[in-house]
Amino acid sequence: MNNSPYLRQATSVQSVMLRVLFALLPGIAAYVWFFGAAIVLQIVLASLTALAAEALVLHLRGKPLAIFLTDGSALVTAWLIALSFPPLAPWWLVVLATMIAIIVAKHLYGGLGQNPFNPAMVAFALMIVAYPQFMSRWPGTDAIDFATQWQIIFGLHANQALDALTMATPLDALRTALHSTNATTVTVASALAHNPAIGLMAGRGWEWIAAGHLIGGLWLVQQRIITWHLPTAFLATLFLLAGLASTINPSEFAGPLFHLFGGGAMLAAFFIVTDPVSAATTPYGKLIFAAGVALLTWIIRSFGAYPDGIAFAVLLMNIAVPLIDMATQPRVFGHKKNGSNHHG
Amino acid sequence: MLAALLVMALGAVVLGAALGFAAVKFRVEGDPLTEKIDAILPQTQCGQCGYPGCKPYAAAMAKGEADINQCPPGGDEGIRKLADLLGREYKPLSAEHGVEKPKALAVIDEQRCIGCTLCIQACPVDAIVGAAKQMHTVIAAQCTGCELCVPVCPVDCIDMVPVAENITTWKWKYPVVAIKPVTTQ
Amino acid sequence: MQLFDFNGGVTPEYHKEASTQSPIAVSPAPSRNGLKNFLVIPLHQSIGGTPRPLVSAGDRVLKGQRIGAADGDMSSAVHASTSGQVVAVEMRRMPHPSGLSALCVVIEADGRDEWIARQPFDYHQHTAAETRDYLRDAGVVGLGGAVFPTHLKISPGKGGKLDTLIINGAECEPFITCDDLLMRERAEAIIQGVVILRDLLAAGRALIGIEDNKPQALAAMTAAVQAGGHQDMAVVAVPTRYPAGGAKQLIRVLTGIEVPHGKRSTDYGVQCFNVGTAYAIHEAINLGQPLISRIVTVAGNVAAPRNYAALIGTPLHTLLANSQPLPDTDRLIMGGPMMGITLPGDEVPVVKATNCILVGSPRLFPPPPPEMPCIRCGECAKACPADLQPFELYWFSRAKIFGKAQEYHLFDCIECGCCAYVCPSHIPLVDYYRFAKSEIWANESEKAAADQAREQYEFRQLREAREAQEKAARLAARTAAGRAAATNALAMAPVTAPAATSAAASAVTSAATPVTEPAQTPSPQAALIAAALERARAQQVQPANTTNLTPEQQAEIAAIEARRAQIRTQAHPHLPPDD
Ligand code: SF4
Ligand code: SF4
Ligand code: SF4
Ligand code: SF4
Repeated sequence: MNNSPYLRQATSVQSVMLRVLFALLPGIAAYVWFFGAAIVLQIVLASLTALAAEALVLHLRGKPLAIFLTDGSALVTAWLIALSFPPLAPWWLVVLATMIAIIVAKHLYGGLGQNPFNPAMVAFALMIVAYPQFMSRWPGTDAIDFATQWQIIFGLHANQALDALTMATPLDALRTALHSTNATTVTVASALAHNPAIGLMAGRGWEWIAAGHLIGGLWLVQQRIITWHLPTAFLATLFLLAGLASTINPSEFAGPLFHLFGGGAMLAAFFIVTDPVSAATTPYGKLIFAAGVALLTWIIRSFGAYPDGIAFAVLLMNIAVPLIDMATQPRVFGHKKNGSNHHG
Repeated sequence: MLAALLVMALGAVVLGAALGFAAVKFRVEGDPLTEKIDAILPQTQCGQCGYPGCKPYAAAMAKGEADINQCPPGGDEGIRKLADLLGREYKPLSAEHGVEKPKALAVIDEQRCIGCTLCIQACPVDAIVGAAKQMHTVIAAQCTGCELCVPVCPVDCIDMVPVAENITTWKWKYPVVAIKPVTTQ
Repeated sequence: MQLFDFNGGVTPEYHKEASTQSPIAVSPAPSRNGLKNFLVIPLHQSIGGTPRPLVSAGDRVLKGQRIGAADGDMSSAVHASTSGQVVAVEMRRMPHPSGLSALCVVIEADGRDEWIARQPFDYHQHTAAETRDYLRDAGVVGLGGAVFPTHLKISPGKGGKLDTLIINGAECEPFITCDDLLMRERAEAIIQGVVILRDLLAAGRALIGIEDNKPQALAAMTAAVQAGGHQDMAVVAVPTRYPAGGAKQLIRVLTGIEVPHGKRSTDYGVQCFNVGTAYAIHEAINLGQPLISRIVTVAGNVAAPRNYAALIGTPLHTLLANSQPLPDTDRLIMGGPMMGITLPGDEVPVVKATNCILVGSPRLFPPPPPEMPCIRCGECAKACPADLQPFELYWFSRAKIFGKAQEYHLFDCIECGCCAYVCPSHIPLVDYYRFAKSEIWANESEKAAADQAREQYEFRQLREAREAQEKAARLAARTAAGRAAATNALAMAPVTAPAATSAAASAVTSAATPVTEPAQTPSPQAALIAAALERARAQQVQPANTTNLTPEQQAEIAAIEARRAQIRTQAHPHLPPDD
């Protein structure tokens, strides 16, 4: 028989995770609208792989399958992988990435709740280092129909035609242009001016996907699944940095809206830096953590060699989490000082 | 790439500085080793370790003359703490020095006691009171359970009684962590 | 009036209506199987030492008679709750989660309910210390559940004054309504108790905090304050949120003051008492009645939830009989659903800490879903009224890293259960804190015992060394005496010269004196030596070669004696213990 409290709120890890998945739906809808149904295929692939990998490892570790398989955490990881990978990436890339995320990044560190690194971001970082050529396969205007996408994902399409069908993300395009050999003459404005992917703010369709994630994220805040600290600190820092840099040197640095609504920034703000397991936990710690991710993201986006810097930024800040948490322990009731010290 | 490297390097420097600072700030100014070892020993003063008391055994360990697994009352936990403190390898309690037993207290059967005072002389912590030819008794709060008084008693009237749990010494148990599948029976 | 807020807290369903429908009933006379009426009164019912029993089997006791005397000041007396005969002073199972037994006085009621002579205690005519002793002997303890001896809390803070006296009528736990009903029905008596407390503590004002979900209690108390014309008292409605009735939380809400763990609240100018305690003080001081009964809520899985005025010592089956527990009852809980403890059986007695007997069933309190790993979601930290990071405490307690748990302020945890209430992983967090706390306490008392043993041992070592020294001294003295005797035997015909005799005697004594000095107390050996000396003197020993010494010879003798003395001291530690 259990001890007090005998009453418990009706809540569970499963309900938390399911609400996170639900909050991803608006973003996914926009994704399908602008880039075709490939993303759904990738989500299904990643989900099946995640569940299979999870079941395998749980079995090997002798843990009860029913409870952990249904907790929804593997699905969240899978969906985040699918959403941050290019929709036309070959099927095996997503499968491999999901397996790495679940088996290595999650379970080798102890499973649910124990992983210091965000599993989806570990998978993303590894893949972009190992297979950069597949990580920029976004569907061009000619590859919106599902049949073509299916063929590309499963490698049934002639390779030569691929380049014409896919395109880089606006972020990637901008970086390539700015860093190309004749970079001296290229400015942000000129690079973006001729890009077919550019929409209103940050790329055709991109801003709508970001808006979808924003809506889902705000709902999560309203549901008290995540607190305002992490997304706010992340978005505000990114906005300020990008704003400052683009004011100083508009030809070299993209503006704040481009940063906020381009790439995976919105997804990161509400769904990735908010991963409770690998993020900081104290109120001040959350602000520092998210601001750090934003700072690193902006640096890597502006100066680095990779199309997006969020994964690396998150992983780097994950390392610092124990230190951040230790240094930002909140004031305990009745005590004067902040932080942990010997009682009495 | 360069930026990333720079950031990593900066991170390393900051982390390193923080760790260094922590190492300086939180270093424990130590008392001499013997005292530290003695603080771990249970102070039963039973002599089972082969030394006349805990302090001499601590001194011998500090000098590296004695092994860390000779104190039965300290038990496994004690050995682990000693291994930690002295940076030595853990080893199980050496059988020649005795076995770990639950704590017990000496109780003198006051009807049979002949008042010979031998137990008073044997008790390392003065936990027995009485005078020559008078009945003797054990002050329970001071008895360490060393058993040294048991063999010296000529009429065999001292018993070791294991300490029973009562309401004030009762402890909350470690919560059960095993995840059991929900059964419907 | 400005109210303050505390962080965290939860709002579970309150379930308070059911037991507030009918007025407080008098608990039925204890009986089992209609045969005999027994009360089981545990001696240990408060924080602190266990009272000594004052009665033994066969004694007749009166209602209100002291049957256990406080053990020192950090303890509180217990009394017979009715008149009758003591049938046993023995170990009985306690209302405690361990299910262990403790010493109880078992009284067979004679049904006459005959009181001792009751006299009001005029605290104006007594010193503060006398009043405190009176309350201690009247067995008044905190009735909010913590049962801390009340007399220990009645000392004004710095400067002999207290800013604010706080009376806790918040009663924030679900199901419990005993304070609510007490305030509705006996508001004036409570206020009289508050007056006494205010006087004893020299309090500037008294604030009575009641959660705003108890409008009737608020009205009754306000009316009582107005009727008494107390300008310095105020009844304050505080927002309903668990645990607003925690002493620290209520103090914070009413005054904005945070009293840290381990600090006396009087040092911060506040002191907090439960309304039930104020009522008990009124009864003890104004009516001369010691604490022998209390209001107990019976609620939960029963047909007729209700509050009872129950005698301390009433077995629970007697108390519960009138409320009729339903057939699917699977447990009895003492206290509320957030902080209560599961009881080992229904024969355990009502004690001073029993504010509520909550009857549980799988329907009311379903078994918790399986425990999952902590996902560090931080819900527990948001809910914690002590502003702790419960998941960190959980982590350290679970890994048995108790030092770290203490660094993260484990002992500031009030075990309110909010964290476990909200945890999506269904971790029994509070169980881990209880475990860690009792391990730390056990370690500390073990360490204290070890320190005491070390001290005793070292003291004994010192004493043995000193005794060895004394023995060596006596040995030396005996040798000296022996030598004197030998010299005597070898001596020539005695010369009767008083001056020479005294010189010889003084020579012998001076040889003996330095070594006998350490033996402060006369021992048989010392007496022997003295006798030997006496004999030597009587025989008027006069070694010829020690008379008429030249200064050189005397110097030489002194040097030799010094050397001998030195050798003796060196030899001391090696002398085997004899006797
Ligand atoms: S064996 Fe006995 S004397 Fe030796 S250290 Fe242990 S408790 Fe002390
Ligand atoms: S040794 Fe035994 S007989 Fe002698 S005094 Fe001690 S208990 Fe009594
Ligand atoms: S509420 Fe539970 S799962 Fe969430 S951080 Fe606290 S202990 Fe962990
Ligand atoms: S039980 Fe302790 S840790 Fe949990 S919420 Fe209450 S005070 Fe905080």
